[in-house]
Amino acid sequence: MVTSLNETKFYAKQQRVALRNCGVINPEDIEEYIARDGYSALCKVLTEWTPEDVIKCISDSGLRGRGGAGFPTGFKWSLSAKTKADVKYVCCNADEGDPGAFMDRSVLEGDPHAVVEAMAIAAYAIGACHGFIYVRAEYPIAVHRLQIAIGQAKEYGLLGEHIFGTDFNFDLEVRLGAGAFVCGEETALMTSIEGKRGEPRPRPPFPSEKGIFGIPTMNNNVETYANVPQIILRGAEWFASMGTETARGTKVFALGGKINNTGLLEIPMGTTLREIVEDIGGGVPDGKKFKAAQMGGPSGGCVPAALIDTPVDYDSLTKIGAMVGSGGLIVMDEDNCMVDIAKFFLEFTVDESCGKCTPCRIGTRRLLEYLNKITSGKATLQDLDDMEQLCLHIKSNSLCGLGQTAPNPVLSTLRYFRDEYVAHITEGRCPAGVCKDLLTFVIDKDKCIGCGNCARNCPVNTIVKTDYVAQGHKLPSYEIKTDKCIKCGACMANCKFGAISKK
Amino acid sequence: MNQIKSLADLQAIKEKMAHKLQLQGDGAGETRVVVGMATCGIAAGARPVLKAVMDKVAEKKLTNVSVTQTGCIGICRLEPIVEILEDGKKTTYVKMDPEKAAKVVEEHLAGHRVVEEFTIGAAEKEE
Repeated sequence: MVTSLNETKFYAKQQRVALRNCGVINPEDIEEYIARDGYSALCKVLTEWTPEDVIKCISDSGLRGRGGAGFPTGFKWSLSAKTKADVKYVCCNADEGDPGAFMDRSVLEGDPHAVVEAMAIAAYAIGACHGFIYVRAEYPIAVHRLQIAIGQAKEYGLLGEHIFGTDFNFDLEVRLGAGAFVCGEETALMTSIEGKRGEPRPRPPFPSEKGIFGIPTMNNNVETYANVPQIILRGAEWFASMGTETARGTKVFALGGKINNTGLLEIPMGTTLREIVEDIGGGVPDGKKFKAAQMGGPSGGCVPAALIDTPVDYDSLTKIGAMVGSGGLIVMDEDNCMVDIAKFFLEFTVDESCGKCTPCRIGTRRLLEYLNKITSGKATLQDLDDMEQLCLHIKSNSLCGLGQTAPNPVLSTLRYFRDEYVAHITEGRCPAGVCKDLLTFVIDKDKCIGCGNCARNCPVNTIVKTDYVAQGHKLPSYEIKTDKCIKCGACMANCKFGAISKK
Repeated sequence: MNQIKSLADLQAIKEKMAHKLQLQGDGAGETRVVVGMATCGIAAGARPVLKAVMDKVAEKKLTNVSVTQTGCIGICRLEPIVEILEDGKKTTYVKMDPEKAAKVVEEHLAGHRVVEEFTIGAAEKEE
C-alpha cells in the first residue's frame, strides 16, 4: 500500500527546486528555512563573491524569466548592473493574474524567505539597496507570510544594514496591487507602485534605466527568484544539467481543468505534455478524451491532442503557437468548445484592458463581437478572415504585452480547430454542444414515460404535455416548445429515462 | 535573538533545528506533523484539522511530537493533507477532517499504527 505522497505517480516525475521547501517547512519560521540551508547563499555571495561572480553564475546557469517572457535572467541582471546610478531598486513581480494560475501564490505562501533571500542576492549583484515586492491584495495569506518573513529577516539581521558584517545594506517592502491583470506588465506594475493608476508606458526607456520613481529598477518574477539561492549553493552546472539546451532547470505548473490530479507541480523543462497530463495529472476524468491544453492563460495558446508529445520548453511551445507563460495549464476534454474557450479568454482581456491604447481597448472588443457572432450562428466565412486580420493588427499595434498577446487564444484555436469555427458558421452547429444559441433540446417521444419531471423543473414553463402515448407507456409524452427555451439543460439533467438529448 | 553575522551563526541554527526537521535522516529527532496550510488547504478545511491535531496531541499528552503548518503540498484534489514524518519515513494522510485527524493522532502517533484507510494510497485506489 502506498502511504506517502513521494511514492505516487503524481510525484515520481517531479523535480523540486523552486518548490523545495513548499510543504516541508513552516513558512512562518525563519529558523526552519535556515535549517534547510536558507540564507547560506546570501552569506556566500556577500562574504566570498563579487557582484560579477553572482551575475556570471546566474548567466551560466541558463536561468530564464519564469513570468512568461523567458528573458535570460543573467543578461537582465548584467544590464542593470551596468547602469550607472547612485540608487537602484530590485522588484519582485508577484501580481499573478492568469485565470487558473497559482504558482507564485504557492511559493510565497510556502517559502517566502526564498524570495527575500534571492532579492537580497540580486540587489548585491546589481548594486541596489532597496526592494519592492508587488503582490495582489487578493492573496492575503501570501502577503501576511511575506510580512512575517521580512520582519523576521530584519530581526535576525539578514535585512537592514551591514548584512553578514559587510558593507551591504538592503531593505525590502511589500506593495499591494488591486488585482488588475495589466499590473503584471512590468511598466504598469511600476506605475502602480508609484501610487498612480496602473497603466503601461512605452519602452524605451527600459526599467533598467528608468524604473520606479525614475530610479533604475530590475524586475523578476517570484519563481525566478525562488530558483536563485539554489543556483548559488549548488552551482550553475547543476542547474544547467536539468532541462533542455535552451531551457535550463525546472518549471512550476498549476494544473487545472479537466484533469484528475489538479495541483501544483514542478518538472524539468522539456518534459512532454503527455507526461504531465497522463502520468502526473492522472489523465482526463470520466474516461473522456483529451482535446487540448491551454498554456500561458489569456496570453498563451492551446496545444491540441495531436501535439501532446511536444516537449514543454520556451522554444518548442512558441513554435506551435502556445507558450510556457507563467505556468497555468488548463486541460480541456471533448466537451469543451474551442470557440467558447477563446471567447472566455477574450472576455477576460476585454475586461482587463486598461484602455490606454486603442488597438487593445477597441480591438479586443471588436474581436469579442466577432466571436459572439460566431457562437450565435450569425457569422459568415468572411468574418473569419476579417477576424484573423484584426488579431494580427492588435498584436502588432498594442502598447504592452496584454494587448500584444490578447489575440493568441483566438489565433491558436483557429489554427488547430478551424473546423469547429466553420461548423458554427456554415452548419449552425456547435460540435461540443456548448454554445447555447446553436443548441436545441428535444424529447424522444417514444422514450418519454410522461412523468412530467422535466416540465416541473423547467424554469420558463416551456415543456408541455402532448396527446401522444408511446407504445407500452400509460401517460402521454411531453414536448419542448423551443421558442421560449433558454437552453439551461435542467430538463435533461432531471430526466431519469434518458429521453432528452441536445443537438 | 542575536543577529546573524556569519556562516557559523547560520550553522548553529541549523544544528539546533536539525532535530526538529529530522535532517539527519537517521531516525533521530522528534515526530513531525505538518498540515498543508496554503490558501488551497485552508479553503478545503485545514484550519479545523490543524486545531484537532493539536488538541488531540495535547489531550493525549504526547511528547516528542511537533505539530506545524506548512505551505502547499501540491495535490490540491486531496486537501486537507496531514503528513507525519518519523524515523525518516513519511506518511501522507489525505481528505482529512477533524474526526479523521483525531483518529490519526490516536492510532498513528499514540498507537504507532498507520491508518491505511486514510492514506494517499487508499484514496487513489478508491477512484
